[in-house]
Amino acid sequence: MQTLTINGQDYQVNAPESMPLLWAIRDLIGLTGTKFGCGVAQCGACSIMIDGTVVRSCSTMVSQGVGKNITTIEGTSDSLIALRQAWRDNSVPQCGYCQSGQLISAAELLDTNENPTDDDIDNAMSGNICRCGTYVRIKKAIKEAVELKKQV
Amino acid sequence: MKRRDFVKIFGLATGGLLLGCNVSADKVVVNTLEDGISFVPNLFIQLQKDGTVTIVVARSEMGQGIRTSMASAIAEDLEADWKYVTVQQATGDAKFGNQNTDGSRSIRTLLKPMRKMGAMARSILEQAAAKKWNIAASDCKAENHFVVNNTTGEKVFFGDLVEEAKTIAIPSDENIILKDKKDFKYIGKKVVRGIDMEDFLHGKANYGLDARLPNMKFAAIARSPVTFGSVKSFDTSEATEITGVEQVVQLDRLIPPAGQFFGMLGGVAVIANNTWSAFQGKNNLNVEWESGINESYDTEKFKEKLISRIHNKAKVVPPFKGSIEKAFKNADKVIEATYTMPHLAHAPMEVPNALAWVHDGQCDVWAPVQDPQTVQAEIAHFFGFAIEDITINVMMLGGAFGRKSKSDFVVEAVALSQKIKAPVQVVWTREDDIQHSFYHAQNAQYLKGSLDEKGKVTGWLHRVAFPSITSSFKPMSNYIAGFELGMGFTNNPYEIENIQIENAKAESHLRIGWLRSVSNIISGFGVNSFVDELAIASGKDAIEFRLDLLGKDKVSTAASPHPFNVARLKNVLIEAKKLSNWERKLPEGHGMGVAIHYSFYSYVATVVEVSVKSEKVKVENIYSVLDCGMYVNRDAVINQMEGAAIFGMSLTMFGKISTKNGAVEQSNFHDYQMTRMIDAPNIHVHLVDNDEDPTGVGEPGVPPVSAAITNAIFNASGKRVRSLPLSDHGMV
Repeated sequence: MQTLTINGQDYQVNAPESMPLLWAIRDLIGLTGTKFGCGVAQCGACSIMIDGTVVRSCSTMVSQGVGKNITTIEGTSDSLIALRQAWRDNSVPQCGYCQSGQLISAAELLDTNENPTDDDIDNAMSGNICRCGTYVRIKKAIKEAVELKKQV
Repeated sequence: MKRRDFVKIFGLATGGLLLGCNVSADKVVVNTLEDGISFVPNLFIQLQKDGTVTIVVARSEMGQGIRTSMASAIAEDLEADWKYVTVQQATGDAKFGNQNTDGSRSIRTLLKPMRKMGAMARSILEQAAAKKWNIAASDCKAENHFVVNNTTGEKVFFGDLVEEAKTIAIPSDENIILKDKKDFKYIGKKVVRGIDMEDFLHGKANYGLDARLPNMKFAAIARSPVTFGSVKSFDTSEATEITGVEQVVQLDRLIPPAGQFFGMLGGVAVIANNTWSAFQGKNNLNVEWESGINESYDTEKFKEKLISRIHNKAKVVPPFKGSIEKAFKNADKVIEATYTMPHLAHAPMEVPNALAWVHDGQCDVWAPVQDPQTVQAEIAHFFGFAIEDITINVMMLGGAFGRKSKSDFVVEAVALSQKIKAPVQVVWTREDDIQHSFYHAQNAQYLKGSLDEKGKVTGWLHRVAFPSITSSFKPMSNYIAGFELGMGFTNNPYEIENIQIENAKAESHLRIGWLRSVSNIISGFGVNSFVDELAIASGKDAIEFRLDLLGKDKVSTAASPHPFNVARLKNVLIEAKKLSNWERKLPEGHGMGVAIHYSFYSYVATVVEVSVKSEKVKVENIYSVLDCGMYVNRDAVINQMEGAAIFGMSLTMFGKISTKNGAVEQSNFHDYQMTRMIDAPNIHVHLVDNDEDPTGVGEPGVPPVSAAITNAIFNASGKRVRSLPLSDHGMV
């Protein structure tokens, strides 16, 4: 048995050795907001934060999450609150499937960079594929979220 | 016989009110109860006493925003306050009419009946209020979830009219009055927050992959690398060593009957108690495959074969116009060009998946499907269930682009659940998705055109070859179907005296399917590239040349629900010229290109600005103008056009599925790449406002993108790209 702390709550899991966090979170714990997209850290749909750092959960072992604070899309933070508002204001999602990962990647950016430049945004977000093609809106929403967060 | 009652009022167990309406396509089908015809409503509005309005949506949500658009179209004429509006996803059921979410047709065919349904409900509520106040209905007016007494100003809440409404007779047609356009609050506006927005933002939206049942199993299937290959032998010893793996099951291929359904490829399935173990088990299988008839398929060789075929006379298809021989003989200049594009895979972010549970003589499915009724019919065909014993729960689709119209992944789940007698979710890996798709067809086009001494186009020969979608339904279909040629080949919009369209043979060696915009992608690239080459040969401006070539304003007389109007195509081109500031001076190394395309009854012009530095292309700006007639959710339409620009860019820059020895070479996003944010251009969208009937939105934005990019590359660098993708030329 391993204990995973996700969004402040403890979960006991009995994960097979070598199981990535993605599947422990989705299949064993039942938090399905974190998405499977490629399985090889190419698309970012499975992004989560471990102690504030974004990782691709499809390629991160369960053992790497034990004893750490894991944040998934079901969680919240000042950055996520600002980002969600900007996402609403810009009607960002189409199918919505990649947006969990997009929001988590954007949250790390806002947590660590008070004034991201366009290049900072591109670099932080280019590991996340959106097949619907909402990049223009994601970028605009991130810039607005930066301002919203400052107003709080 | 009275034939005007198209709505029935039902009481709900909760004390609410249910209005059921029967609509078919864009017309209202009238069933009166007195006829003895059973009334089968297919559009529902529920009103609860707390004011909640629930609208049943029978189309699949895959990012186009249909749940929001349908609900807001009804809410408009109902005078509903958006905060009380919710939607309920319909299961697959013939009573809902056509549920196939495909062909950019939902709003085109359903806007009118949805609005009428809303207006009907509004009329009932106004009459209910009139009865309550004992005044004439004409003195009552619905306003934002209340009915107002015009004389006294008194207001009554919609929810408080439920009981009274149950006693109201069905309004006659003349009492169903649609709102005037000037009073619209939702249609054509951006005021509505997407119905699924909060779920998207909190990871709560339920996609197919999120379907869960107690004690469900998870399955991954190894399929033959060569299409339609079969299992020769397999060894499960290393697979069953994986923790969580429970059993290994062989699945035979199911071949659909000619003309319908999709069947399944068959293979070896690993059943586990979690997805990861199923994936690992599949990787650990040792399967020996019998490759079969497609073993020698090599897309590079096939490309050469297609090119040699289109360089020779092929099957001439209608319409025939004039004589190209004469035109070419009398020409001042003759231009010819050959264009090729590879196979493509849809690669929706959510892989194909389905949860099925066969139990007690019934079959329950939870899956992200575009066409639930075909799934139902297909399950009935292959497994012998009665239609009424099959329930298709339509989950949210994490992208689809045509892939989820094909129900092979559901058939797999049902076959497995039947075998193992447990609920089981089949999950495709990304590798499975890229390597076992229903592919957009590899293609080749040869165009030859003649110009007179004034630079006017006098002759046009267009020869095309690609394996047809029909081949997936009828083996040995070696020529392009009429519906595919009708996507930009035989309905060429230009006014040219002598035109000949020819179709050369192309066999299929993979499953061929439709992908967002279908063969419009092929014609959009070929026709727009070649017109550009003609414009350059004539020495004219690319936009002026096209406006001239489109000829006089006229509306097509061909039978069509929305006849082609060349003036609208010219208009989007003129608007794109303005939007892109076409004649502006560009920075060093930059170039602009233009393309236009008519598809799904909508008109699109796209201008692209690229920069080319050391042979590398960067798309700087995409300007797209869409005329889709009346639209519902303005912002969702713009979002679709932005997405179409990126979709078109991805296939232009990177899109290539190739095969060696019959097997697909690409496997995941590292070698089947997508445009990412770092490469995303600025995208500028303009929507034409008019009162024309609503037409397609989801697909029409894609076809012009490729040629607009390659035309811009020529403008920037003088290099003409005639084969896609750009990554084959080292340009990305």
